[in-house]
Amino acid sequence: MHELPLAVANLWHADFWYILPAVAAISLVYAATRHERMQPILLHAGRVAVWILGFMFAVFVVLEAMNWWV
Amino acid sequence: MDDSQTVDLKEPALAAFLAWLLPGLGHWYQGRRAKAVLYFCCIMGLFLLGLYLSSSRDKCLDGPGTIGWGRAVYFSWRDGDHRLAYLCQIGVGAPALPALIQANRMANHRKVWWNGLMAPPRLPEAPLPDGDPNADQPTPNDLYHMDHYFELAGFFTMIAGLLNVLAIYDAWAGPVASAPTGKKDDEDRSHA
Repeated sequence: MHELPLAVANLWHADFWYILPAVAAISLVYAATRHERMQPILLHAGRVAVWILGFMFAVFVVLEAMNWWV
Repeated sequence: MDDSQTVDLKEPALAAFLAWLLPGLGHWYQGRRAKAVLYFCCIMGLFLLGLYLSSSRDKCLDGPGTIGWGRAVYFSWRDGDHRLAYLCQIGVGAPALPALIQANRMANHRKVWWNGLMAPPRLPEAPLPDGDPNADQPTPNDLYHMDHYFELAGFFTMIAGLLNVLAIYDAWAGPVASAPTGKKDDEDRSHA
């Protein structure tokens, strides 16, 4: 019963939140090199950010699965 | 990009130099103010976050001083300490240049400035004459014991420098044309 709050607390203090400013900056700058106006930049940046985070989540799932099976 | 829109790049070489000197400055010079602010905030934000994460008031393990500020960005090309990360960090331009001043002062046995901001670590193996003005500076051992934030800060500052390379190219040649997929640039064409 106490495991979930502990897990949430660990999640809150986990260092992987540091990836968010990096992903935001990378996606915005990358998108800005492909468009000139702000609206397409933001739309493109959103797509890039979702792609990066989705890819990293997929890698996370694979590693967790390997950790569970091995 | 939107092919129907032409971008006045003014003097591309000067804009590229200004873009290297300070992220966004080249675009500001070209009148591309929104992109200038975007580049400045993203790249400098990441760079400053890296400097912050590599700062500490903790005492050094091998000396009397404290860790100091902005330790992830430094230049060093000495036996046992070749800082290749600086090749990426220098992409940010002037904000990373104090590292060269600090490295020069350290190499000439002069006291580093600004509480060690961007100063290279003191190598404990190097012969230290009496009265070494930088005896209070941290060693590489001190830096790599800042939990893992030294590596994280190095990652942020390197990414910032590499992102500015993209911004420099954008100032030099304008937005990169995307492949015409028919879907990716719909939002651009809708404004044409």
